[in-house]
Formats: sequence, C-alpha cells, structure tokens
Amino acid sequence: MPDAVVAARQQFAFTIMFHYLFPVLTIGLGVLIAVLKTIELRTGKLEYGAAARFWAKLFAITFATGVVTGIPMEFQFGTNWARFSHFAGPVVGQTLFMEGVFAFFAESSFLGVFLFGEKRVSRRLHWLSSVLIAAGAVASAYFIVATNAWMQNPVAYRTVDGRAELTSLWGLLSNPYLRWQFPHVVSGAMVVGSSVMAGIGAFYLLAHRHETFGRVFVRVGVIAGVLFSSTSLFPTGSLHGENVARFQPTKMAAMEGLFETQERAGIAIIGMPDTERKQLMDAIVVPGVLSWLVYGDFRGRVIGLNDIPQDEHPPIEIVYYAYHIMVGLGTMFIALFALSAFLLWRGRLFESRGVLWLLMLAMPFPYIANHAGWIVAEVGRQPWVVYGLQRTSMATSQNVTAGMTYFTLFGFMGLYALVGILYLLLFFRIVTRGPEAD
Amino acid sequence: MLNTIWFVVLAFMMAGYAVLDGFDLGVGTLHLVIGRDTRERARLIDAIGPVWNGNEVWLLAVGGSLVAAFPHVYAASFSGFYLALMIVLWLLLLRGLGIEFRHQIDHDMWKHAWDVAFSLSSGLLALLFGVALGNVLRGVPLDETGEFQGTFALLLNPFALLGGILSVTVLSMHGAAWIALKTDAEIQRRARRWGSALWWAVVFLLAAMVAASFLVRPDFPRNFGTHPWLIVFPLVTIAAAGAVKYCQRRDDDLRVFLASAATIAGVIACVAAGLYPTLLPALAGSPHPGLNIYNAASPEGSLRIALGVYLFGMTLVLIYLINIYRVWRGKVSATYH
Repeated sequence: MPDAVVAARQQFAFTIMFHYLFPVLTIGLGVLIAVLKTIELRTGKLEYGAAARFWAKLFAITFATGVVTGIPMEFQFGTNWARFSHFAGPVVGQTLFMEGVFAFFAESSFLGVFLFGEKRVSRRLHWLSSVLIAAGAVASAYFIVATNAWMQNPVAYRTVDGRAELTSLWGLLSNPYLRWQFPHVVSGAMVVGSSVMAGIGAFYLLAHRHETFGRVFVRVGVIAGVLFSSTSLFPTGSLHGENVARFQPTKMAAMEGLFETQERAGIAIIGMPDTERKQLMDAIVVPGVLSWLVYGDFRGRVIGLNDIPQDEHPPIEIVYYAYHIMVGLGTMFIALFALSAFLLWRGRLFESRGVLWLLMLAMPFPYIANHAGWIVAEVGRQPWVVYGLQRTSMATSQNVTAGMTYFTLFGFMGLYALVGILYLLLFFRIVTRGPEAD
Repeated sequence: MLNTIWFVVLAFMMAGYAVLDGFDLGVGTLHLVIGRDTRERARLIDAIGPVWNGNEVWLLAVGGSLVAAFPHVYAASFSGFYLALMIVLWLLLLRGLGIEFRHQIDHDMWKHAWDVAFSLSSGLLALLFGVALGNVLRGVPLDETGEFQGTFALLLNPFALLGGILSVTVLSMHGAAWIALKTDAEIQRRARRWGSALWWAVVFLLAAMVAASFLVRPDFPRNFGTHPWLIVFPLVTIAAAGAVKYCQRRDDDLRVFLASAATIAGVIACVAAGLYPTLLPALAGSPHPGLNIYNAASPEGSLRIALGVYLFGMTLVLIYLINIYRVWRGKVSATYH
C-alpha cells in the first residue's frame, strides 16, 4: 500500500479516535442531564437542579473539546480523502450537512441557553433546553452513524460517471445496516455517561465529600448503567451482529477468527488468531453459537476466511482483538452494574466500599469498549472505504503526499496532547471542587 | 437551473458565514486592543460567548453543502489548499478553546494566555480566509484532472495577501460594531473609535481590491455586461459601506452593525456575480478550464434531494437563529466567561 495511503489512514484513525472520546461522553451525559432536570421539574427537589448544573459544567468542556476536534473530521474528507469525497460526496454530503444544521446547531445554541441563561429564561424553557441538548446529541450521532452505515452497506444510490448518485433520501436514512448500528452506538455512549456519573458519585462517597450528591449520581448512574449495559448486548449488540454477518461476512469471520468455513461454527471465548497457519491458537470455542447467532440455527453454515480472497481480508488480528475486548468489557459492565443495582435495591450500595471502588475504577473502560467497537467497524471494513464499491487505497487525495500528511499528523498529535492534558486538568478541577462550588 | 440554484445557495451560505462568524472573528482580532485588561476582555468574550458556536456551524454547513452539491470543488480545493487548510483547522481549535477554556480557571495568567491565543488565532483566521478568497478569485493552476497542489509560494501572492488584509480590516470593523452594540461606557467608546477609524481603511482597501481584481481577472466584469441587473450588488455594497459611516456619525450602533453586515454580504455577492458559473477558476495557462457548476456538480438526483434537505434545514436554522439572538439581546451584563 502506498505510503501516502498509510499516512492518511493513520491520520484519520488518530484524529477520529481522539475526537470520539468527547462525543461518546456528551451523548450519554446529555441524556442523563435531561433526566436530572426532568426529576427537578417534576419533584421540585432543588438538589437535582444543582446536580444538573454540576454535570453541565463537565458537559460544557467536553462538548467544546468535541467541537474543536470534530471540525477537522469533516474537512479531512476533502483534504486527505479527495477521491472518496469525489465518489461518495453526493451521498455522504447529505448526512454531513444534516448533522450540522439539524443536530449540531440545536445542541450548540441550546447549550448556551442552558449554561448561562438560567436567569434569563423560564424554568420550563431551561428544562426544554436540556432536553433539546440531549436530542441534538443523539440526532448528531444518528446522522454521523447514517454516514458510516452507507460506507458499510451502500444503499439508495446508483453510479453515474464514476460517482454515486443518491436515489432516495429515505433509503439513506433507513439503511437496514443503520437499524441496529445506531441504537448500539447510542447504547454504548449511554454506558460511558452512566459509568462516569456513577464513578464520580462513588468517588464522592468514598472520599466522604458532597455525599448527598454522591448518592444521587450513583443512583442515577447505576440505574442507567444496568439498563444500557444490557441493551448494548441485547437487543442492539446481538442484532447488529446479525446484520454484520449478513452484509459483511468477511468482517464477521475476522471478528471470530474463523478460518475454516463450517457448519456449527462456534464463538471463540479466547484464543489468538494465527494468520500464518490460518488457525486460532489456544482457543476455547463454544460450538454452534455463531451459526445460531447468524442464522438462528446451530447447524448454519458460516463462511470462513480461507474461502474469501486474500485481497479482501481486513487486518484480522486487530479486528479479532478489538471485537473480543469490546465483548469482554461489555460483559463485565453488565456484571458490575447488575451487582450494583442489586445492592442499591437492597439499600446497601452506599456502604459497600468495595463495589464503590470498582465503580470508580471502571470509568475508563467503557471508553475503551466503545473505541474497540468502532475499530471493529472501521478496520473490519478494510480494504474498502465504501464496502464493495471503493477501495481505501483508491480514496485518498492524489496531490497530497505522505510527507505532507505526516507533517500534519504530528501537528495534530502535538496539539491534541495539549488539548487532552488541558481537558483532564479542567475535568479533575471541576470534580474536586464539587457540585457545591459556585 | 438546479446547478445555478446551488451556486446561489453556496454564495448565500458563504455570505452568512462571513457575516456571522465574521463579527466574532473581528471581536477576536481587536480583543487585545479594545479590552485593556482581563476583566474588560472577559466582557468581550461574553459578548460573543453564547453565539460564536452557532456561527461556526455555518462553516460546517458550507462544507456540508459544498461536498453534497459540488464534491469535485470540495475535493480539489481542500486537498489543494492542504497545508493552509490544516493551519485554519488548528487555529479554529485554538480559538474555540480560548473562548471555552478561558473562564474555567480564575487566574490572570491562565486568562491572559487564552486571551492572546484567542486574539492571534482570530486575526490569523480572518487573514487566511481573505487569502483563500483572493486565491479563488485569482484562480489556481489546475491540472488535467482538475486538481492542484497549493504551495505557500503559490498561495501567498500579492493579490491574495491584499484580500487577506482587506478581510482582517473589514471583519475588525464588523467586530467593533458588534462590541459597540453589546457593551457600554469606556469599552463602547473605544469600539466606536476603532470602528470609525477602520472604516477609512476598509474603503481604501476595497477600492484597491476592486482595481486589482480588474487587473488580475480582466474577464471579471463580463457577467455584469451580459446581465446589467447584477450591477445592483456593487451598488448595494457601496451604499451599505456609506451607511456604515453615516450611522457611525450618529452613534447608531445597531444600524452600523447591520450596514457593515450588508457590506460584507455585498462583497461576497459581487465576487459570486463576477465568478458565475465558475467555482474555482484555473490560472491562465492551466490545462483545465476551471471547475464550474456543471463539471464539478453532483449528479442531478443528489442535487435535487440535497436542495429539499437544505431548504428544510435552513428554515430550522433561521428559527433557531432568531430565537437565540432574542434570548441574548441587549448589553452583556454579568460576567459569565
């Protein structure tokens, strides 16, 4: 693969993964803030309003960082992926535009009202702005995932003079691939929001500071956490998996490290793919389950990598491990949140210091699980940028050299390191000052 | 017809972006001179705080409409202006952080660092946007496939630099008008003085730019000859520029702002009227005739769908816009940022 393509891929991978650290939190947190505001409006309990104000501060720095790292994403399609833009622009431009005007605009405008307008607007409008921020974040995710879903499973287009022409907007927005991918993405983001809320609440309880708020955060975080860690597995995860198997059998084979085409194909709990000998080393496989997941029949025949041309293989090891990390972590979240929810129901959670420690230390892992999931989606689609239509190696800008891209990649790395450090500094500062600071 | 509608849409979006983000870029450019200390600078940030982000969405919307309607222009210009565009992205990043991170820590050194970052990045962005527009007007050396590689030696030509300086000046005047509108007392007086002084520079540079345009692109007035009604754009621009001075004399800050907005939109309209139907002209001697609304457009089906999406989306944006500016109308009072 030419150096310029490798450089462009590295730059996109780095910038998108850094960027997504922020929206993945604001999607979940936006919804939870709206929940807190709704409880305040319904019950009149002021601590929920104060809790919402506290989380809005964290939301604000996260949103700002997400915005400034997000703008380069849209423009990179033009700078580094000119041939992709040329080919797919007539389709993906639609959803990118819609994200800007339908979702992002609402989110940013109402965030201003929510953060600084509490004294200027009525209580109801302030509540409404929190709901619109959450709706904006979720809608934003919808349009971006719709863009991605088209790259995974191109629909509603025809090719005219080497370019994709959109034939139906509804077709683009109701892509069958999107049907479970979008809820799965939102569900994953909700786990991040829930885990951060529960984790910071647990920190306050363990540190004996702001304990009233700590209890509110843990309660809301754990209830949302048990709900969304479950929906990440079923229905969204398993049904999206079915779609992947249906639309992209190569990706599914790489996810499971399945080399041999077989009936009663199993899922690998553990094991290391050996792409030289074309087998799964030291594997523990539960037979039949993959066939059942894909076909609803334990004897279904699932295609393996050996029967797929080599030049259509994605990097198997990365896809395999990313998938297993996502699923493994997801399972642990369900266990942790279920245990916490049980203790909460029995009224013992706030005294169970061990579980509170686990909730606090678990905070980074939902980020890892979400990113791993996206690695499966994106690396698993290789060597295609638009599945079956345009190869990644044919999608870059011809007039941008590897040297130019590395120049800017290192620039992004330096700048984003600074941004990351400042973000963490402000994040910890807001947390240590606590919800009572004003 | 559809292609022409999209050309108009794109010009409208550019004008919308220049007018809206233009004033907060202008406020940023003048940030360090109109705000004399951290407290005064906080008021300037407050004056744009709730609206700058929504203004910047217009840039995303310009990008979105460009990739949907004229993907070839999007691909060729963004990859061609590669390094310049990346610098724009980095400056946008610094600037956004400056506005949003500045008020997070109540310490003068922290605030001062962000004030400088915010002001420098705003000024440089205003300059680079002007340079970009200058280069689009001048044309770029397109190869057979309609692409080019923009080195700085190519992009930083005298004509484009004149465009850059004009852009900094006109956006600063626009920003000063916004500050005068949103503040009172000493800051307001200072903003009015700056706005009034900058007006002379704007008029001088604008005249120089018009003269230079006729030299660089002798074919520029062609459209005005074949469609005499297009003369209305330069006339409106001149009238608006005159109105800025007239209202500055009467300290009518709202009308100064509106007139300077009309001036900026007028300049973009004149450029668009002169370029039509070209989007990215080729420099003389290039093997490519230039990217225009036909050879760079999306297939018709995509254009038609995108137009529907666009009209619906922009209606929504205008409703938001009016509401947001209503919520934040009046002088900035308390310090939030």
